Amino acid sequence: METEDVILEVQSITKVYTTGVVANRDVSFSVERGSIHAIVGENGAGKTTLMNVLFGLERAQGGRLLLNGKEMEVSTPEEAIRLGIGMVHQHFMLAPDLTVAENVVLGHEPRRGLLLDHSRAVQVTEEISAQHGLHVPANAKVKDLPVGVRQRVEILKALFRKADLLILDEPTAVLTPQETDDLFVTLRRLKTNGITIIFISHKLKEVKAIADRVTVMREGRVVVTRTAAGMSEHEMAHLMVGRDISFDRLPAGNAGDSVLSVRHLSVTSADGVPLLNDITLDVHSGEILGIAGVDGNGQSELVSVLAGLSQPSSGNVSLLGSDLTAMSIRDRHKAGLAYVPEDRLRDGVAASSSIEDNLIVDRYDTPPYSGAVLMNYPYIHDKAREYISSLSIAVQDSRASIESLSGGNIQKVVLARELSSKPKVLLVDQPSRGVDVGSMETVHGLIREQRDAGLAILLVSADLDEVLRLASRILVFYGGQITAEFQDVSNLQPSDLGPYMLGAKRQEATV
Amino acid sequence: MTDRQSPVDNFVLRNFRLIRTIVVILLGWFLAALVILAISRDRGTTLRSFFLGPLSSRVLIGSLFETMTPLVFTGLALAIQFQAKQFNLGAEGCFFIGATVGTAFAISTRMPTALHIVCTIAVGAAAGAAWNWLPGYLKAKYGSSELVCSLMLNYVALYLGLYLINYHFRDTAANEMTSYRLPTTATLPRILPGTRLHIGFLIALAVAVLFWVFLYRTKWGYQIRMVGSNINFAKANGINTGRVIVLAQVIGGAVAGLGGIIQIMGIDQRFLYESLPGFGFDGIVVTRIALNNPLLVIPSALFLAYLKVGGSYMNLMGDVPAELVNVVEGVIILLISSEALLETWRYRIMMRKASER
Repeated sequence: METEDVILEVQSITKVYTTGVVANRDVSFSVERGSIHAIVGENGAGKTTLMNVLFGLERAQGGRLLLNGKEMEVSTPEEAIRLGIGMVHQHFMLAPDLTVAENVVLGHEPRRGLLLDHSRAVQVTEEISAQHGLHVPANAKVKDLPVGVRQRVEILKALFRKADLLILDEPTAVLTPQETDDLFVTLRRLKTNGITIIFISHKLKEVKAIADRVTVMREGRVVVTRTAAGMSEHEMAHLMVGRDISFDRLPAGNAGDSVLSVRHLSVTSADGVPLLNDITLDVHSGEILGIAGVDGNGQSELVSVLAGLSQPSSGNVSLLGSDLTAMSIRDRHKAGLAYVPEDRLRDGVAASSSIEDNLIVDRYDTPPYSGAVLMNYPYIHDKAREYISSLSIAVQDSRASIESLSGGNIQKVVLARELSSKPKVLLVDQPSRGVDVGSMETVHGLIREQRDAGLAILLVSADLDEVLRLASRILVFYGGQITAEFQDVSNLQPSDLGPYMLGAKRQEATV
Repeated sequence: MTDRQSPVDNFVLRNFRLIRTIVVILLGWFLAALVILAISRDRGTTLRSFFLGPLSSRVLIGSLFETMTPLVFTGLALAIQFQAKQFNLGAEGCFFIGATVGTAFAISTRMPTALHIVCTIAVGAAAGAAWNWLPGYLKAKYGSSELVCSLMLNYVALYLGLYLINYHFRDTAANEMTSYRLPTTATLPRILPGTRLHIGFLIALAVAVLFWVFLYRTKWGYQIRMVGSNINFAKANGINTGRVIVLAQVIGGAVAGLGGIIQIMGIDQRFLYESLPGFGFDGIVVTRIALNNPLLVIPSALFLAYLKVGGSYMNLMGDVPAELVNVVEGVIILLISSEALLETWRYRIMMRKASER
């Protein structure tokens, strides 16, 4: 390989966080100019950390970076931008109240006197957008745009700053299948215009479709860098996880009677916007009802009302005939509702407390966990050890703080707690967000086990593959409403769901 | 080789906060020594009186434990509130209110000895609890800052307390501004002959142990710790967070008030403060050093008392003023609050452990 073909050379980068987590360990690879280079790995494999090091958001403790053959020092994003590196984050960094053009030129505004030269900003935006085929309404406010278009604005922003190396951090995580296809068209066009793209993902199908070369990372190390053509999806998965992983769909179980029934549930925001509109659904015993949809279409409102964290504006929820709607969180739990929250560090655990204390939060005040006054710590300790070994959580001491565990292990602790209360309904929100593939298998296995044991499970996930893999039945949410129901999911493809997720299509009510 | 190093590394990592605190204390002492060496003309005497003075006689040892007693109470008051992540700095006001209301009660009632002591203590504690209930309630109900509220209330407590004593219980026969003497039925028995060390010291130790049990072994303590660790989590699991917030502050107020009245009953036996005595603020230093652990409040209060007694003895015997103690206290608080201290060291150990894997 000639050196002039290489735009970026990563040499022995090592990054350890103050929490003791080794995010990158001796990472080396090179990126060819004008190529699309994918970096794949499980959540927690160190992809995002590596990109943050490249973009000057984090400092590595060891190793060096060569850009165009010259060693570069990036300690701030400004320096990275000056060197021609652009980054599109997973969570967009846009000012929602400004127009597209204003966002694009933000920080490098063309001026007329002291004021922003607005027409010049629009003109520049339209020039770049025409040049790269990224169509955006330059005068629209960002907050009025769909996610796919916002992402284009992010890319334009980077191009306006003359980036010739573009880093996209899991760009498809928030997109529907159709939007993903559009993004890929854009990326190929950028490539022909000479822009190098680093594409971070853990969706292997996409990597196969778009990348020229692939670097596989596992546990902070580079496993291999190879051409995408020379690697099958299966092989990539194997390298990512270190063993064979089955991606097969779960065969549907035997659904029984309705356990959780939701009737005409509506939630209206404080300023009168309907967030959830007349939702009626049933979750039956022995089934996993999957809720698919792009984030922010009413799923989190549904979960929060069901869990008792907020009140609906109308409608009701009942569990085996008893009305939950006005019940406290505690009483819902006693009635048989278990809840695995989306943001486990915010709602699922007390991070600085011990694993033991986290395991007993729903039962600390009932015997045998406590008496009239005192807690029964010897018993709690034994119980905790039991859960830890049965879930193969990697920790020696149940009195260690829970923040010392990995995301996957924290999720296992949360699941262990929720499932050991012998619930009738399990509400799981984004069960494998931030969880590595190995733990995801365990988590999925646990969910399946519970389904087979007759639990009614409501699964909400922004990861379409996860919904398709687990669900026995799927409802698609768009704009706070159910736009489609799929009774048989065995041959369902992501693209079948796409139009409903975008609100482009909706099924007629079939009751 | 790595096997030989690992136990030490593990020990350091597990007890990092404690080790850092001890290092800070040593640094504080070291700084005091440096200052003395720099400004004293009689270095030997001054150093000796500062560092060894508190142990040099029975009276001084008694004085050490006397000084420590109110610090244990206010330290505990703040520890329990900090555990619930309630930054209520009203221990000063609660101490004062407990002392004044308790004094008023003791002077205006007649009872047999044991009963009078118990009732007076209970009244002082109740006054402190009631006083601290307000910021807790406002926080739980309206989300107002308990920090601002409790600090403001300290001044209200000061003037309210002074009004109560000066207008209703002032000893007009005395030359200075002071209350009547407490009836002997309401004073605490002394336990070390020749000193003012009183039974309140033992009460302080007992309360510290009780607090530890309460926090780490009871259901309510569990609730307080969960609310302090992650209030969203506590809420999502059905813990009544508003009630816990109020509870932590009421208990904190009670123990600060207890400290106030015990100080009056044990040491002065009459109320003679004319301004806030500062034990509530010293309590912040105590609980910070103790990492908010009730049991560690005992050695932590002892350490601060040692500094204070050493400081006043040095004032007497040497040529460096006792204000040096305030400097040392300030430096210790700054160092303890600086998260980055020794962080590189911990980091290096972690790097070493990480590379062993």
